[in-house]
Amino acid sequence: MTRHYSALSVFKEGLNSQKGWQKAWRSPEPKKRYDVIVVGGGGHGLATAYYLAKNHGIRNVAVIERGWIGGGNTGRNTTVVRSNYFFPQSVALYDLSLKLFEKLSSELNYNIMLSQRGMLSLAHSMPEMEMAARSANAMQINGVDAELLSRDQVRELLPLYNFSKESRYPVHGAVIQRRAGTARHDAVAWGYARAADRFGVDIIQNCEVQDFIQNGGICCGVRTTKGEILADRVGVAVAGHSSQMAERAGFRLPVVSYALQACVSEPVKPALDTVVLSPATGTYVSQSDKGEMVVGGGLDRIPSYSQRGNLPVLETAIAGLLEMFPSFRQLKLMRQWSGIVDVVPDSSPILDETPLPGLFINCGWGTGGFKAIPAGGTLLAHLLATGRHHDISRPFGLDRFSSGRLIDEAAGSGITH
Amino acid sequence: MQLFPCPFCGPRSEAEFHFGGDAGNVRPDEDEVSADRWSSYLYMRHNQKGMSPSIWMHMTCGELFQLDRDTLTHSVAGSKALTEGGHR
Repeated sequence: MTRHYSALSVFKEGLNSQKGWQKAWRSPEPKKRYDVIVVGGGGHGLATAYYLAKNHGIRNVAVIERGWIGGGNTGRNTTVVRSNYFFPQSVALYDLSLKLFEKLSSELNYNIMLSQRGMLSLAHSMPEMEMAARSANAMQINGVDAELLSRDQVRELLPLYNFSKESRYPVHGAVIQRRAGTARHDAVAWGYARAADRFGVDIIQNCEVQDFIQNGGICCGVRTTKGEILADRVGVAVAGHSSQMAERAGFRLPVVSYALQACVSEPVKPALDTVVLSPATGTYVSQSDKGEMVVGGGLDRIPSYSQRGNLPVLETAIAGLLEMFPSFRQLKLMRQWSGIVDVVPDSSPILDETPLPGLFINCGWGTGGFKAIPAGGTLLAHLLATGRHHDISRPFGLDRFSSGRLIDEAAGSGITH
Repeated sequence: MQLFPCPFCGPRSEAEFHFGGDAGNVRPDEDEVSADRWSSYLYMRHNQKGMSPSIWMHMTCGELFQLDRDTLTHSVAGSKALTEGGHR
């Protein structure tokens, strides 16, 4: 049986008519009891299970997923990874994530196709250029790579951009984070799932968590469509559905769920080799390895649990894209979709034990959950294993909403949500 | 493009409306308001999946009103001015 992926195993399986490949993970029936249950089989949940086993030696773990793993926001994002934030707390968090991404393929023995092609955040006016300089300075002070580029430097990187005099979104310059880029989103979920499974983690799909089992005011398991499952501790990483889980556990969260849209064009030859964000239009675009232009926009500003987007926001994103790259008018859109994201007032995540002791939560990533998967998994695993905060997750606790110590990245780095 | 019913202007494009939070989230007016109670008012939300009574502003006319809409199907059950029944 071939378990390890390598050039040699590909060669040997070629001689063996490809008969020796194993399933990447098992599909076991749930046991009666686990040390830890993780609710949600997206990137964050699977990474949590993996780091529980790897960093803390806790292998009696189940990941419980209502649908199929990686079928929610992990499979619906635009695959961008970056750590160009403003506040030191956020940079510590997102740069931990990027550093883990940088070695993830070899660590998981699974090619996540990380491509550090750089990300440009454009400035369309002199005032925006000043804000860009502030952003680049903040990133450098926080120890993250950032450079301020002039108009001419941007022109060299983006020859297809509309630099004409009539341009509605003229370029004055940009901030570039060269370590930013893209990673294959499905591979991140599948790689973590396979690596966690090899540690003995049970991945249980098509199983909905309906309620939490409480004993003496402490969470001690979950009621599911496959019966009751007990656990010492339960972690929740369900993004847009966090409020439903909280309601079942008897508390509320500072979260509103919105749809976030993306779309891809037909595949074309290589034309764009960086990630481009225009904060003015809310449009961001990169070219996938298959050649599709992957386009995202801002949030639909209407609370929603329906995984489809509304037209006005898609129109804004596409209009912005075509103003910036007129030649993309020739492209046909292939697919359009949306994911349900959990938006918090300060645009920063929540990592903490909940008001129900024994129940821990990882949520509130809003529009930026994919890039945070390795860090979100590491930190929720730390909380679940030790019952205490990691230094990096401490500022992101629920207590900040009553203490007032918000980490307002919407104001800090101009996130458009 | 979905049409939302403004109680003052009639059916208008969704792009003209701004979401303003849960209906019935009343500002605490006791003398002593605890940090938790204040935080609950400011930040904690029901965020219902399904029928959800919520406050919206029609930005074109500037009026606030209650819109009852389903967050899963996006269907709208109705809207009413905040002066109708029970609001403060």
